[in-house]
Amino acid sequence: MAKGDLETVGADAPAGGYVQLLTPDGDRVERVTGPDGTEYSVDFTDAEYRTLYRDLVTVRRLDAEATALQRQGELGIWASLLGQEAAQVGAGRAMRPQDMAFPTYREHGVLYTRGIDPIMPFGLFRGVNQGGWDPQEYKFNQYTIVIGAQTLHATGYAMGITMDGKTGSADGEAVIAFFGDGATSQGDVNEAFVWSGVYHAPIVFFCQNNQYAISEPLERQTRIPLYRRSSGFGFPGVRVDGNDVLATFAVTRAALDNARQGQGPTLIEAYTYRMGAHTSSDDPTRYRIASEVESWKVKDPISRLKAFLEKQQVGDAAFFAEVDEQAKAEAIALRERVLELQDPDPVTMFDHVYPHGSPEVDAQREAFQRYQATFEGSAH
Amino acid sequence: MAEMMTLGKALNAGLRKALEDDPKVVIMGEDVGKLGGVFRITDGLQKDFGEDRVMDTPLAESGIVGTAVGLAIRGYRPVCEIQFDGFVFPAYNQIVTQVAKMHYRSLGRLRLPIVIRIPYGGGIGAVEHHSESPEAYFSHTPGLKVVTCSNPSDAYTMIQQAIRSDDPVVFFEPKRRYWEKGEVEFSDFPLHASRVVREGTDATVLAYGPMVKVATDAASAAAEDGRSLEVIDLRTLSPLDLGPVYASVRKTGRCVVVHEAPGNLGLGAEIAARVTEECFYSLEAPVLRVAGYDIPYPAARVEEEYLPDLDRVLDAVDRAFGW
Ligand SMILES: Cc1ncc(C[n+]2csc(CCOP(=O)(O)OP(=O)(O)O)c2C)c(N)n1
Repeated sequence: MAKGDLETVGADAPAGGYVQLLTPDGDRVERVTGPDGTEYSVDFTDAEYRTLYRDLVTVRRLDAEATALQRQGELGIWASLLGQEAAQVGAGRAMRPQDMAFPTYREHGVLYTRGIDPIMPFGLFRGVNQGGWDPQEYKFNQYTIVIGAQTLHATGYAMGITMDGKTGSADGEAVIAFFGDGATSQGDVNEAFVWSGVYHAPIVFFCQNNQYAISEPLERQTRIPLYRRSSGFGFPGVRVDGNDVLATFAVTRAALDNARQGQGPTLIEAYTYRMGAHTSSDDPTRYRIASEVESWKVKDPISRLKAFLEKQQVGDAAFFAEVDEQAKAEAIALRERVLELQDPDPVTMFDHVYPHGSPEVDAQREAFQRYQATFEGSAH
Repeated sequence: MAEMMTLGKALNAGLRKALEDDPKVVIMGEDVGKLGGVFRITDGLQKDFGEDRVMDTPLAESGIVGTAVGLAIRGYRPVCEIQFDGFVFPAYNQIVTQVAKMHYRSLGRLRLPIVIRIPYGGGIGAVEHHSESPEAYFSHTPGLKVVTCSNPSDAYTMIQQAIRSDDPVVFFEPKRRYWEKGEVEFSDFPLHASRVVREGTDATVLAYGPMVKVATDAASAAAEDGRSLEVIDLRTLSPLDLGPVYASVRKTGRCVVVHEAPGNLGLGAEIAARVTEECFYSLEAPVLRVAGYDIPYPAARVEEEYLPDLDRVLDAVDRAFGW
């Protein structure tokens, strides 16, 4: 196993390097020293390696099922994570049980690795609700569609952890905020950086740089690598190979542990690629060339871990086949449950506007019901 | 010669014309360049006019509008695209505190000929923030002009007029009508002019943007029942052009206002107040409103029940007759 620093690892790395612990060919790099001297490595058992592999395959398979469901008209829209599995599984698995996540709309892989039922966000994508889960129960905030808004929510939550005295030890709490490369341009995100810096908040900003914000390539958002943004706000930034689940795990785990210990925020740029369309409504052939997509295929997060498991004899053909079978079974079960998600009774749209109701909304609900009743028996 | 095209294509043609006519016109927004916008309204414009005039901006609405102000001070005529109604709010501060007030603040010395295009309204089965009707927030703000088109020909004309206007104009586009076709011809009506789209004698139905089609469909249905509805497309939301409305209501004695936005403090409330003041002795019934309910825009699978439709318009007309 090779040792490296940011300048020597990752023949495929962007200028400035990144933390990589597993090459695209499936070779382990033993440890990497980050820009601030932090040493990154992982020390997984064979079983843990296999779990990571199973996670990656499963979240990709579930994602493919969702894409198919959307094409069949069963979902209104789908935001695919294809290509970003390692970034999401690595980050999700790096979280400790007490940690809180603030996702965008694409973090289905993080959700899965948190042990949350993968059906949870499908009400939103099917259009039968707008989320409808309790962030506190799952330690996983609702999906947020307005770009960047959740980074401030995450910051406030992290400030609350400090105010509650829950940092400064190994079992302290930390927050991870997810966002994209495009989001880094939003005022909200920059304000979140300011606040987190000023309040020394226990937060990790996890930016999945998938190279595009819908059609716009990274150059439309920045002149410097995104991880370097943090220095202007007074906290460290590190870039990791987001297609390497081991490196992503190591970097995120270290940053979260620093945060829970009371050492403040970190910005992680997970360098990856959106292999599919932005969402099912998008046509990426209009703005990017096939050869670019091809060049990222060889960096696939799953095949490199598979190659590693094979070389290490940690996984054999029977194991890989069994994982595929299990992922398929989970996907089929998911499909069946998505199809069972019923349209809500329209009158429920008047519910939950306020915690204790409102006489005006109540009156409109009643008028709506009276009006609906006038159609009873007709084909309306 | 009139040409058949969709409303989206008509906007594209209008923008193209504006870019040709005035070298100071620039288009800026998220994905408006290479992609041509998520609705393709700016399709092909960057290719033909270059990256300086059709700019793919960073993902920051406050930045889009804030820099448009600077460009306008510098003599440009920026046309900003906000990708969806629900994403205008990061720019709300710039629009309300700066765009709307600079002419006043400068004692009329500075004009901000900025157009802010916003696809708005529901009915496309979208997720949260993609179906809203925020026009009242802007109409409530002195210093802004607010317009909305309902058909391809108006879209083609009004976008060019909005760009030529020396006022900041918030230009609402009825996204669910983008794909509807009609004859397109430039007709130089004033930008701030409502229009009688269907004459009638028994009741006046006011609508704008996506609801104009609902209103005219309701009028067709009512005609089968022997009731004659006059339909007016407001087109301009600030300032309102209610002269034709008063004339109509004095004739019909009944008035129904239709919009998708929540009823509470919506455009309908202002219109009802003014019509009541102006036409009090002609009114056979109070001005009635058919609007979105006072709830956040609901999940897509129930939006059909939320949105005003033909039946709800006819129900309101019935109530006006039953008063
Ligand atoms: C405030 C706001 N503006 C615009 C949009 C429309 N929009 C949705 S996703 C997106 C691009 C996001 O890019 P990025 O942050 O890189 O995340 P990715 O989708 O690539 O994961 C845009 C412009 C939005 N959701 N919110």
